[in-house]
Amino acid sequence: MTFTLDATLGARGFDVSLAVGPGETVAILGPNGAGKSTLMAVVAGLLRPDAGRASIGGRTLFELGPGPHAWTAPHQRGTALLAQEPLLFPHLSALDNVAFGPRSAGASRSASRETARHWLAEVDALPLASRRPGELSGGQAQRVAVARALAADPELLLLDEPMAALDIHAAPMLRRLLRHVLAGRRAIIVTHDVLDALMLADRVIVLEDGRITEEGPTREVLGRPRSRFAAGLAGLNLVTGTITAEGIRTAAGQLFAGQHDDVPGPLTTGPSTSGSDGVAVFPPSAVSVFLSEAHGSPRNSFPVTITDLEPHGDQVRVRAGELSADITPAASADLGLVPGMTVYFVIKAGLVSIYPA
Amino acid sequence: MDHANNSAYQAIPRWVYALAAAGGLFVLLPLAAMVARVNWPQFIPLITSDASLTALGLSLRTSAASTLLCIVFGVPLALVLARGQFPGQRVLRAFVLLPLVLPPVVGGIALLYTFGRQGLLGKSLEIAGIQIAFSTTAVVLAQTFVALPFLVVSLEGALRTAGTKYEAVAATLGARPTTVLRRVTVPLVLPGLASGAVLSFARSLGEFGATLTFAGSLQGVTRTLPLEIYLQRETDADAAVALSLVLVAVAVLVVGLSYRRGRAWIPAEAAQ
Repeated sequence: MTFTLDATLGARGFDVSLAVGPGETVAILGPNGAGKSTLMAVVAGLLRPDAGRASIGGRTLFELGPGPHAWTAPHQRGTALLAQEPLLFPHLSALDNVAFGPRSAGASRSASRETARHWLAEVDALPLASRRPGELSGGQAQRVAVARALAADPELLLLDEPMAALDIHAAPMLRRLLRHVLAGRRAIIVTHDVLDALMLADRVIVLEDGRITEEGPTREVLGRPRSRFAAGLAGLNLVTGTITAEGIRTAAGQLFAGQHDDVPGPLTTGPSTSGSDGVAVFPPSAVSVFLSEAHGSPRNSFPVTITDLEPHGDQVRVRAGELSADITPAASADLGLVPGMTVYFVIKAGLVSIYPA
Repeated sequence: MDHANNSAYQAIPRWVYALAAAGGLFVLLPLAAMVARVNWPQFIPLITSDASLTALGLSLRTSAASTLLCIVFGVPLALVLARGQFPGQRVLRAFVLLPLVLPPVVGGIALLYTFGRQGLLGKSLEIAGIQIAFSTTAVVLAQTFVALPFLVVSLEGALRTAGTKYEAVAATLGARPTTVLRRVTVPLVLPGLASGAVLSFARSLGEFGATLTFAGSLQGVTRTLPLEIYLQRETDADAAVALSLVLVAVAVLVVGLSYRRGRAWIPAEAAQ
């Protein structure tokens, strides 16, 4: 009963293959324009790829390219789509919106409304049943939209940034709700938010430029990121290079000393070996900022040019290109930091994790 | 003029108002001039004469039938033009809109050479025992020919504004294309469909040239109100003016009704 997809779209440089097991929720992370919405449209049948195949438990969704051709229309796929906007049908009440799926599947008016009431109750929206979508707030409308998608009893639920259009108060509530309804349900959720991935997904897939750059269990990917995008999401600094005995050497020749982190995970093939591709990962809180070069115990010290200073919690985040450091506002003021200034980033080797990319 | 106007700033220069007023007058003044010429003491007898009532009844019946035909063929045409993707789509749109700019008499001639006794289809229809030219059916066809573009244009615009997002969601919820059309697309564009139908009705009501050419002017069969007015103008100017006023009143009523219709959900709430 696994969902498998293998699709290419030449014009968009899109080439993705993935699988989602029964009851598994997969989060798709990636920068804007990475092809996340393309992926959703391809799965839902709203966009036809150039080539590839997809199936759910042996049932073919599409098969394109040389050889046999097959195309299952969107309404026969069992892949309900929940988008950024709730897109509730404006001429129907909340109840009839939720009843739309069962009704389309052939249920009687009363039976479909019964199903609708069940799902409205499930999302805490039963009191809104008789309202028109125009009378609902953004958060309420999105809850009703969740109920509508679930009432269609999809084999695969597609959530395309469902929290993106909500205000900061409505989003946490919907996230809790999704956590509740997604448990044990097969779903793909596209998101920008690392919190969504942590709370809702069993596994994450990082999509960049139409290709999967990283995938694995959520905690694994966020704890030991291999792509710069995943590291950014996890709030970590990431430097790529070649593994050496002490750490890694970047393409520019800079050496990063660190701890070889050989805890075998599902994706690590073995201990890091010198000469292979690797990454050095360290949190911004491990970075100190000095005006002159610091020496002493094993540490990395190198000059950088500050590009930005921004508040980060009760700290100041000092950005220098791809790297960042978190220091106290007092320290920042003492050093007189301003963008454009050249300073030294100093990182204790013990706080840098080195592992194969 | 200085009392507070709390509405938002409007960037309309004063001279635009002056030109707009002139434009409005250009439409209203002839109507007023006509009303001034109405022979009020004789008004009721004039519009309730046999010939007048017959013509009015025929006009309303044929216009209703034309509007129905416009909906039956215009809705699919608008859907295909707004949503479909096929070669020759732009050409099809241009030809569907042609009656908007064609002199109606040309349309009448074209219809005559299609459905007339010696026409393209007329010959076969004649053999089947069906005669269309110079019948009430011909009136309906002539009116449909000129009124169809109004419905298509208005509905195609509404369809494009509504977009396909709701339809896509409906499909992923398991609705077949026919169900999507019936339960999502049509309800979403209902205001556009209604105003298109009203425009078609109004255009049918006023149709003259194509009707005269293709259907003739036979009292009770093909002589609609505009034809009756034109005929009366030769002999009885008072009757022509009185009937014209009736036609104006019906048109105002129809257009007024369609604009009073609340646009219940399109588009502000739909955009949420």
